Amino acid sequence: MSTTEQRLAAEKRQSLAKAGTDYIDDRFGSSPFLRSAMDKIFPDHWSFMVGEIAMYCFVVLIVTGVYLALFYVPSSQVIVYHGSYAPLDGQRMSEAYASVINISFHVRFGLIMRQTHPWAAVVFMAAIAFHMCRVFFTGAFRKPREVNWTIGLTLLTAVMLEGFSGYSLPDDLLSGTGLRVVYSIIESIPLIGTKLAFELWGGPFPGTSLIPRLFVLHEFLFPALLVGLLSAHLAILWRQKHTDFPGPGKTETNIRGSRFFPQYMLKGGAMLFLTAGVLLGLGGLVQINPIWLYGPYQPYNDSAASQPDWYVGWLDGSLRLFPHWEFRSFGYEIANPFFPGILIPGILFGVMYAWPIIDAKIYKDHVAHNLLDRPRDKPFRTAVGCAALTFFSVLTLASGSDVLGNDWHISYELIIEILQILVFVGPVVAFLIAYRACIQLQRTGNMIIKKPIGGIIVRGSDGAYHTLGDDHGGDHPTHAGDVPVDHRAGNGHRNSDGHGNGVAGGDVAAVPSGAAGEGTPPGGDPEG
Amino acid sequence: MTTTEGTHHLPGSDGADGDLPASLLPGSEEYLEDPRHYGIEHGAPWPDDVPHGQNDMHWRYEDDERGARRAELRVAACWSVTLLCGIGLAWVYVAGGQPQVEGGLFALGFGGLGVGFVLWARDLLPGHDVIASRGGLTHVSEESDRRLAVQSLGRGLEPMARRPFLAKMLGGVLTVFGISLLFPLASLGPAVDGQFAVTAWRRGIRAVSEDGSPVRPGDIEANGVLTVFPDTGEDPGSPAMAQSSVVLINLASAPFEVRPDRKDWHIGAVGSQSCIVGFSKICTHAGCPVSLYNWSAHELICPCHQSTFRVLEDCKPIFGPAPRNLAQLPLAVDAEGYIIARSDFNEPVGPGYWNRPIRVNPNTGAAVRYS
Repeated sequence: MSTTEQRLAAEKRQSLAKAGTDYIDDRFGSSPFLRSAMDKIFPDHWSFMVGEIAMYCFVVLIVTGVYLALFYVPSSQVIVYHGSYAPLDGQRMSEAYASVINISFHVRFGLIMRQTHPWAAVVFMAAIAFHMCRVFFTGAFRKPREVNWTIGLTLLTAVMLEGFSGYSLPDDLLSGTGLRVVYSIIESIPLIGTKLAFELWGGPFPGTSLIPRLFVLHEFLFPALLVGLLSAHLAILWRQKHTDFPGPGKTETNIRGSRFFPQYMLKGGAMLFLTAGVLLGLGGLVQINPIWLYGPYQPYNDSAASQPDWYVGWLDGSLRLFPHWEFRSFGYEIANPFFPGILIPGILFGVMYAWPIIDAKIYKDHVAHNLLDRPRDKPFRTAVGCAALTFFSVLTLASGSDVLGNDWHISYELIIEILQILVFVGPVVAFLIAYRACIQLQRTGNMIIKKPIGGIIVRGSDGAYHTLGDDHGGDHPTHAGDVPVDHRAGNGHRNSDGHGNGVAGGDVAAVPSGAAGEGTPPGGDPEG
Repeated sequence: MTTTEGTHHLPGSDGADGDLPASLLPGSEEYLEDPRHYGIEHGAPWPDDVPHGQNDMHWRYEDDERGARRAELRVAACWSVTLLCGIGLAWVYVAGGQPQVEGGLFALGFGGLGVGFVLWARDLLPGHDVIASRGGLTHVSEESDRRLAVQSLGRGLEPMARRPFLAKMLGGVLTVFGISLLFPLASLGPAVDGQFAVTAWRRGIRAVSEDGSPVRPGDIEANGVLTVFPDTGEDPGSPAMAQSSVVLINLASAPFEVRPDRKDWHIGAVGSQSCIVGFSKICTHAGCPVSLYNWSAHELICPCHQSTFRVLEDCKPIFGPAPRNLAQLPLAVDAEGYIIARSDFNEPVGPGYWNRPIRVNPNTGAAVRYS
């Protein structure tokens, strides 16, 4: 095909596209939106993709979940099993449990769907946890994104509820034991606990109402909540645009990255496929939650190594490490599970919800930011985050105290006693190490920035020196380094208001991101 | 066909002056320099931090036809893997399904699709590395817009505030009526009447094992344990039995400390080769069945949170989060030699709750003492 023919064909295609957009625009006036959506720029950094992975896990969860729901029977009715899984033949079990055994062993392609679903759930939570850490440590939750932090935390909570309710649906011995513990935690709430537990279970534990009710929660209520919250989360992200790390050419008021179309749309689609591939690979090749080995739930039975899914482990560990206290006076008591099961998580989540306010107060920083902090530049915040992660990790470790004791040939008593000390000492030590490390990294960074950094320094017509050049990309013919830098970008930027380190004047283009110290603008003056 | 389709004046397209053909193809100078293309409002000044002369129409192998061809083949290879996996999956389905093969084929198939898309975007498509304006630090509105919004709110709110009685009344009405809307929710569970401190044990009722057979003292060997249930005809796994599971322990000759008020609650003399005691299997911490027995130390251990109970001291908690002893069931042997209960427990079994009595009437289950 000649160049002319190619051009003609292209023109024809564009005319067709024009006819299509005309049709829509005549009705909705949507061309500016379409244009800005296609042009929208997303910064390129690997850590920004982890939240995306979480979203794609949700997609996989919806697809596999709808499929499983077509086979699952939400019923506590006890039946005697006579199905294709011989080892359970003749056993009494709930219809719910029997239906999950049926999906696993009798339905072609059923087992892979059933295993992909919980795999997607645990990866979903892992991606959310990582995403949240990234947002925390880089200060992405600061103004104007505090509301999205709050929505994100609510998403995390809702996903935990969704995950736990789904984990409980098979009505196997392990999940039934988990429900027994949750019942006791709810029952321990002062004043309303007993009534609340009765409301949820339809009477005393275990009853026969919970499985169908959990199905409604897991299948309808929580997913609807998740879809709503996720839509808000993404709409706000879309409106506010993504944050980015400081770097060459980047300021608080511009954004550097790839266009939504075609780059981001194709790569995002690719990420969906890759996530689905990994999850289905895990679902087919790596066993998860083998409920046929656990057996059906019997209220009088449980086994050693009863652990919940990893994201609930910290709550289970909290119950294990909390001392045997129970408070009683005037005929009323605050039962033991209330403290580790309600109070401690309540305080932790309270602090997390309030963190944007606390952070703004600590750093006296009430201006909006689009450029992220490097964790080292905010030693206190980073240290608090490391302390919190250590706390959660010790609690999670504690949920495996019996397994660890068995594997390491140590008594479970000793492991729990060690972890009871570590849960206090660990976060303090983590705080101090992280704080120290941040300060040290800052100094190292500052030393590097004092050395020559290369690039092309030009003297402008106004006599000022500016650095051209760009260490970004290099494999594309198009990047900002190829174009003359507008000399007006040098200084006097309209956001140079001196608040915190959120300010990046035009000069920041010449400075690698290592210059920022706590409370000082990252730009500085490389020549000065 | 022809290029003339683009020649007529496009409404709203200020790039075309009506005489020249206004191409729809991207990459023209007007297209690349249009400020809207860089997030700059139509008519707003070009910001300092958005470079001029950017061109996001380039791609990696733009000037390398052979490179582009190779890139195309790489994408095609990836998608061929996906195609083969699709065929393979169909074959697996027809053959009856095999989870490991399904997993491998799904992973490879989606993997090939995804990697192909990444390579296509990276090597053959434009749109990389652009600097655009964010349209300001945040999407804040003009002060005048904010004032107008407040005034529009005030149009309604101010006259409303002039009727404080109605505002207060509305608050009260909505509170009362709102609470009344919760009553359907209250129906989800029965009223709490304290009866849930009761188990199915009654005076004279036999202890039966999991398979429903009654138990003689001799059925439990020395240092052995057995989980039993009240013989009510109910399946031991049924909800009605959930609170009633009891673990019988043959302490052999171990020195069980008999409490003065519980002199006849065990079977067989303490220190004899067969001394059987019965304790509730429901942990006083979080309600898990206390399923593990360390016979050498005579300790019951809860698998959930490792609460440890010393059986010889009335199942006193000696380690872990459990705050209270396991409740003891008074035992006896009936005329036919089977183990029976003397009564129900005289305290609620299981974990604590707000209004938990500390003594209940073992015949009625009614709370006797709260403190």
